[in-house]
Amino acid sequence: MSHLVILPVLLPLFAGILLLAVRHAALPLRRALSVTAMLAQLALALLLFIRVSGGEVLVYALGDWPAPFGIVLVADRLAAWLLLITAALAFWVALDAARGEDARGRHFHVLLQWQVFGLAGAFLTGDLFNLFVFFEILLLASYGLMLHGGGAWRTRAGLHYVVVNLLGSTLFLFAVGTLYGVLGTLNMADLAQKVAATPAENVPLVRAAGLMLFGVFALKAALLPLYLWLPAAYAHTSAPVAALFAIMTKVGAYAILRVYSLIFGPGAGPLADLIEPWLMPLALATLALGMFGVLASRRLKQQVAYLVVASAGTLLAAFALNSVEGIAAGLYYLPHTTFAAAALFLLAEAIARRRGEVADRLETGPKIAHARVLGGLFFVAAVASAGLPPLSGFVGKFLLLRAALEHPAAAWVLGVVLAGGLAGVIALARSGSLLFYRPVHALEAVAAPPALAASLVPIAGLLLLGLGLTVWADPVLRAAQATATQLLQPYEYIHAVLGEH
Amino acid sequence: MEALLALIIGVLTACGVYLALRRRTFPVVLGLTFLSYAVNLFLFAMGRLVVGRPPVLSATATGYTDPLPQALVLTAIVISFAMTAFVIMLALKARAELGSDHVDGEGGR
Repeated sequence: MSHLVILPVLLPLFAGILLLAVRHAALPLRRALSVTAMLAQLALALLLFIRVSGGEVLVYALGDWPAPFGIVLVADRLAAWLLLITAALAFWVALDAARGEDARGRHFHVLLQWQVFGLAGAFLTGDLFNLFVFFEILLLASYGLMLHGGGAWRTRAGLHYVVVNLLGSTLFLFAVGTLYGVLGTLNMADLAQKVAATPAENVPLVRAAGLMLFGVFALKAALLPLYLWLPAAYAHTSAPVAALFAIMTKVGAYAILRVYSLIFGPGAGPLADLIEPWLMPLALATLALGMFGVLASRRLKQQVAYLVVASAGTLLAAFALNSVEGIAAGLYYLPHTTFAAAALFLLAEAIARRRGEVADRLETGPKIAHARVLGGLFFVAAVASAGLPPLSGFVGKFLLLRAALEHPAAAWVLGVVLAGGLAGVIALARSGSLLFYRPVHALEAVAAPPALAASLVPIAGLLLLGLGLTVWADPVLRAAQATATQLLQPYEYIHAVLGEH
Repeated sequence: MEALLALIIGVLTACGVYLALRRRTFPVVLGLTFLSYAVNLFLFAMGRLVVGRPPVLSATATGYTDPLPQALVLTAIVISFAMTAFVIMLALKARAELGSDHVDGEGGR
């Protein structure tokens, strides 16, 4: 039993506790600790990714209690891939927050570490109730991060975010309780076997529980009609937090992919492919609605938040194809959209700070300091987000469209994804030209614009990760295909967790 | 006993949903609390209702009650307790900063 599996969960937990213990220490020391911990987390995630890239499923039984009686952590290709994306994002977020956002409260880095702790646990756990617990950990940390710094608008959006997620948690517990009451287990691998053998009289109950779970995960993934909490929450929180939250909708997408390929997958007998009739229409509707939001936004941060909604729709449309090519396209698109959205949130903040009172409202404003550099970066990020060649967004969407060709609803997928891409191009081009080409010279430029170099590092870092996805598209895609193949053959996972059965 | 418990869970859930849909923060917080009570009872009942049986191994026992839902419910109680405390503080903060206890921060009725 390799202890490597649990280390990415323990490291951010202990880093958070350590940061709490040294809360009176000088800020630079706490920053250095937090960034170092994130680097170590990145290294651990990379190690784990390499360990499982051969196709091995690593199982870690907590307290050495064998499954299905104890709680297990399971590292397969999917978990390691998401862990790696989270760690890479969190490192740049910690670095960006160290430019000053973390000085507005005492516990920013503690919350950041525990957010990563919750995320890592949610990706690695092999137990449904444990997934609930890690969801609560990452949510509680995200509540604190979202409200960090304060302000009336932030409080209002935060209240909605917290209440909606508490309702989601209640629904999660009802679903988990029903599953346990009927099937007598909460271990995901064991559930997969028990669901397949559900007696006919219990099928409606299990179906109800499975669909309640889908409701919860759809809320986290911001799927229509449960996306309403997202735009306000993301648009009103601070830039590094909004950038970190780019991974939050992906947790919902991950849970959907995991639960509905493993527990309610093709092998689930009477409950096989439980959400197949729901996922594709909802994903496409989310994509379309997100793009309407992008077109109608009146603030840049709001526009990026709606881009996150649209990308959740694209991602779930890829997963809904339910084929190796479709899921692989989604797994390639996932890091791209996470990094691009995070970079755009950070850029929106950098632009807003140079526009005085107009801030990020999409109106003509004063001339922006450092317009060339910021405009260039905005151009790159916008090209990547809108899915234009040659950047990673194009590769991701191309893979998705190619995988969709054999799907019965191919016309819908192609139509909505391409029209959504066009809407994204129009909206981002309009925002870019408004921000950079049409300044009103009569307005006084901001007297002392903030220093440029420090704010560029995290943005450039995130965009370079996206560029890396483009340059090394072939190995990344092959890893994604291997992951998708592993997901669609859940026997390996079940066998690794439960042993000889 | 099963019917009574089911009725209690149902009434608590209905009250919780109704209150959570209200427009002021205080009833919303109360609604969330009712919902968490309902779900705790529900989880507890998922181990089936058994009277007078031990949850742990014993030589004299004639039968057992399922200990796992009791462990789950403890976890759920702790989490919902923490969440309620947090949301009350947040509601108070919203009341102070927005000048109104409307969930959208609007004044008036």
